[in-house]
Amino acid sequence: MAHHIVPLNTNIKTLAALVVLTAVTVLTAKFIHLGGAGNLILAMFIACCKAGIVLSWFMHLKYDGMSNRVIALCGLAFLALFIGFSAVDLCSRNQGGQNQYSCGFSTEK
Amino acid sequence: MSTASYNKKEQAAHHFDSLDQQHDAGKEGVWIFMATEIMMFGGLFVGYFMYRTLYPQTYMAGGDSLNWYLGALNTLVLLISSFTMAQAVTETMQGNNKKALRLVTITTVCALAFMVVKYFEYTAKIDHGLFPGFNMWDPASAVEYANNHLRSDAGFSLVNLQPGQELAPGQVDGKSLKLFFVLYFCMTGLHGFHILVGVGLMIWIMKRLKNDEFGPKYYTAVEGVGLYWHIVDVIWIFLFPLMYLI
Repeated sequence: MAHHIVPLNTNIKTLAALVVLTAVTVLTAKFIHLGGAGNLILAMFIACCKAGIVLSWFMHLKYDGMSNRVIALCGLAFLALFIGFSAVDLCSRNQGGQNQYSCGFSTEK
Repeated sequence: MSTASYNKKEQAAHHFDSLDQQHDAGKEGVWIFMATEIMMFGGLFVGYFMYRTLYPQTYMAGGDSLNWYLGALNTLVLLISSFTMAQAVTETMQGNNKKALRLVTITTVCALAFMVVKYFEYTAKIDHGLFPGFNMWDPASAVEYANNHLRSDAGFSLVNLQPGQELAPGQVDGKSLKLFFVLYFCMTGLHGFHILVGVGLMIWIMKRLKNDEFGPKYYTAVEGVGLYWHIVDVIWIFLFPLMYLI
């Protein structure tokens, strides 16, 4: 396998992108109120983008072989299963025809 | 113990065909470890999401009672340390062990700075009766602290509900605040433990870099510690908004 050396320039750009996205996370969470679970979903979306950047460039998955990508994706896929089924459980608990839990989409009673 | 001695920089160990195969096998092992790390922290994140869904208000109040300036500072510190670690791998791959040693030293300093900030955060929380264990949890002080730090437009306040007492409109039972701090201390504590393990690994790497043990053909250890350090950063990327901001 070719040993790809990531240049300094790329590492600096990666750091810059991560710092900018951190600023976006703070600004959107503190000053934009989307209501309900909107802010949570937006913050998690930005965090996933940042994690993708770290995995691809800092952790070299972009230049790596298929087997390491598959291993990383397996970890993430099992985590997605865990989160997905837990969410389905919580959001489908019914009480008297009404969803017992808000699932974060509304905090009103 | 291997009886055969070999030059790690030039030859593969006897059970590998080539240096390339040895490197790929080692790196793949580290990646499998990374997948298990994702799943271990994943369980705690699922717990967080479930309890947040059940008690959205107390989780908002818990998050607001943390100091997000310190959280943001620690995020920057970790991002910079990730950058210096990535660049250290780049330098090691080019045979510049001296440059790499300096970069790993900066990474270690960042890691220690992160723990110092965490120390101040933890002691402040413990002082306000917000540590959920060892009889240190003080419900009255905790609810008062959370109410004082709650965002102005939250539209509710926490109360320390006594038996037989009814909730007034706009009041929320503060009992589940303890649950937030259980997860806060568990998740950031496990993450902090990973930082300390990372410091130990980097001391090992610094010693080997100082001995000029790495070169363009052999740099697996630096790369592996780098991968570990980046996954610790990735976990913090999720912890920071979930704990401090939302």
